[in-house]
Order: sequence, then structure tokens, then C-alpha cells
Amino acid sequence: MKKVAVIGAGPAGIEAASLLAAQGLEVALFEKESQPLHNLTDKAFLFPNFADARQVSERLLEKLHTPGIALLKDTPVVSLLAPTAGGSWQVNGQGFDAVLLTSGYTTFDARRKEELGYGIYPGIHTSLEMEQMLREGKIVNTIGDMPRRIAFLQCVGSRDEKVGNHYCSKLCCVTAVKQAIEVKKLIPQCEVYIFYMDLRMWGQHFEELYREAQTDYNIKFIRGRISEAGGTFDRRVQIKAEDTLMGRPMKLTVDLFVLMVGMEASQGTRSLAAQAGIAGEYGFAQACDPHTSDNCTAHDGLFVAGSCKRPMTLTDTLADARSAAWEVLRYLHSGLK
Amino acid sequence: MDSADLTAAERLLEAEPSLKACIGCGGCTATCSAAEFVDFNVRRMHMAFVKGQQEGLRTQLNRCMLCGKCLLVCPRGVHTRSVIMAMRKELSPEEK
Repeated sequence: MKKVAVIGAGPAGIEAASLLAAQGLEVALFEKESQPLHNLTDKAFLFPNFADARQVSERLLEKLHTPGIALLKDTPVVSLLAPTAGGSWQVNGQGFDAVLLTSGYTTFDARRKEELGYGIYPGIHTSLEMEQMLREGKIVNTIGDMPRRIAFLQCVGSRDEKVGNHYCSKLCCVTAVKQAIEVKKLIPQCEVYIFYMDLRMWGQHFEELYREAQTDYNIKFIRGRISEAGGTFDRRVQIKAEDTLMGRPMKLTVDLFVLMVGMEASQGTRSLAAQAGIAGEYGFAQACDPHTSDNCTAHDGLFVAGSCKRPMTLTDTLADARSAAWEVLRYLHSGLK
Repeated sequence: MDSADLTAAERLLEAEPSLKACIGCGGCTATCSAAEFVDFNVRRMHMAFVKGQQEGLRTQLNRCMLCGKCLLVCPRGVHTRSVIMAMRKELSPEEK
């Protein structure tokens, strides 16, 4: 029986592993954490339809029951070696006929943008921390009261050459709109601002959600990049931006300031892509061709899927994983090996 | 735009090509030290300049203290301070 290693039990790894196992392959699914899906289980609701992230996680976890999958928790992959002539791929010293890398992303460390005050002043949070508050259904300011005014800032760690990330993380735009709506559902009287450079509502129902944020929730959109944030004497946060559509610099004092942190290649993605010789831009893994061969790599038998390649939504990640599973099957049945 | 004279704008972009990467986010204006005290909008000025609208800019440009904070925040790596210097040169030929 052919053996496949899938590295990373996130949505892409689970989806691909279950399809490969259902086709009769023996799948070893490596996971460095003690539980799979940790980048999904820390979410409350998913854009654009406010699906409960826990339910989506459960549906994915059920797929792990497919016979033929061995889930290896607490098992980081430390070595990924290409086959020597006629041999097999070596993952942590074990041999496999094919390897699928699904080692995913991590979020940008907001402390790298020191001028935005994260980790320095109270009241400044990342979008992940906001998601945690939404999961608990409780949003409070620095003195434990309900916030009266919240500002979200897009593109923290994305589209920013100062941190070396020229790319757009793609899903922060809609995530801020989603979180802003959830804030208004919890605290209708709260004033909510979203500061943006460009709003990229590219996916299905994203634009509708943006419109809903304006018309049904009165969320205020300001086109301008916040370049500084600081604490005030009463533990609030003062931000400085230019309202570029008005052509005026502005200051705004808010109770909570939320930084929409972008996506970066995870540590595992960086080191494994480098080891396997498929390191692409910004530490992400590189596929052969973005149009016609987006799951194959420069090496026969090594495949990639999901956000180890670039920022990707959950929807796109799952579709990409299915496509990768097909490529793995085609390779293993092609007689190449 | 039909009647705009873009020759000075082209010289500016040649002197400081990084300006072509500007996406108009206003980060420079937001952080500007001079704008704290006087009417001075660096984003609006260089955007007007490259569209050939240079009237009134000369006096405004002298309000810049060349502190360079705008340079530190620009997400596109525009050398805003040298943009200011290049605009000053264009508008005050005697200082060349």
C-alpha cells in the first residue's frame, strides 16, 4: 500500500488526508501541537455568514475518522529529505511515497509595529484577541466598562515594506467588517470605525457584508492609514491618521484599538520549505505554477496546499486541499513511482 | 488634466522615482510634525504636484521642517523627505 505523509493537521491537512485515505492510501498526518486545527479553534465566527467556527471545526474533525489516517499529535516534523535515487521521501526518518505540505500560516507579531503601541499601552489588541473576546461574548475597555468607541486598523503587517511584507493578506478586510458588525450586535451604542487604505471585498458576499456594515450597523469607514497610537492619561488610546478623502489630519480617542494582523508563513512552513528546497517569497512554500500546477513543486512526490503557499481563506484552503489530493493520487497512479 | 503641464511632475518623478509607489494612504500627513501646528498636508502636496497643480505649493513647502517622520511610516518606501527637497528645487529655481 502506498504511504503518504501530510504535514500539518489544519483544515488543508485534514481535508486532503481524509480524501487520500478514502482512496485506500495509508496516511500519516503529522501535527506539532497537541490538538489539530488550532488556527481555526481560536475563532468565534467565520466570514461572511457568521458560521460558528466550533461547528465547522467539528465537521472537519469528523473527517479524521476516515480509516487509513494515523494522526500523529505532538509530532513536529524536524526533517524532510528528498529521496536518493530510487528511494522514498524521508519524514522524521520514515519513508513515504509522497509528501503533502500543509504547514500553514501564523499571524504577524504586532509588536514589530512599535508605533502602533501594541504591548506598550493598554487598550490595544490584535484581531485574534478581539476574536477571543467575541467568542466569550464580552468586550470591555481597560477599566472593565463597555467601550463607547472602537477603531479597527487594516493592513498591520501586510502591504508594508517597512516590515518586509509587500503582499496583501487578503482576508483582514472582510474580517474587520465581520468583527465590527459583531461588536455592534453586542454593544449597539458603541461607535465603530474602520481605518483602511483600500477595502478589498473580493469574495462572494464580502461586498454585501460591507454594505450591511454601513446601512444596518452604521459602522464608519475612514480612508487613511493610522501611523501612530499612544495611551492617554485615562487609559484610552489616541490614534493619528489622515482622513484622506477629506484631506485632513485627524486625532481620535478610542476605548479599544484593534490591529488587523496579517498572515505570514508559519515557522514550520519556513523551515520545511527551506529544507525541501521550495522556499518562495516571504518564507512561503513555492508551487510550480500559479495557474496550471499550483499543488506540485519543483520535486516529484512533494506537494503543497493551503496557507503555507500564501494567505488564503478557509474556503479556498479546503478547495486547494482537494485539488492537492487529486494531484497526489495522479502522481502515485501515474507509474512515475 | 487635459490642460495640465506635466513637465515639472515628470522631472520630480525622475529625481525621486520612489514617489511612483505612493498609494495615498495619508500616513505621512498623519504623522507630520509640522501639520500639528500649521496647515501642511504632505500627501496632498505631492499628489497635486504630480498632477501638474503647483500653484501655492512653494510657500507651503517651506513649512516642512525636514524631520523625516513621514519617511519612517510610509508603507511603500517613498522617500518623502527627498520628494519635498525635489519639489522645493523645482519651485525655487534660484536655489538650485
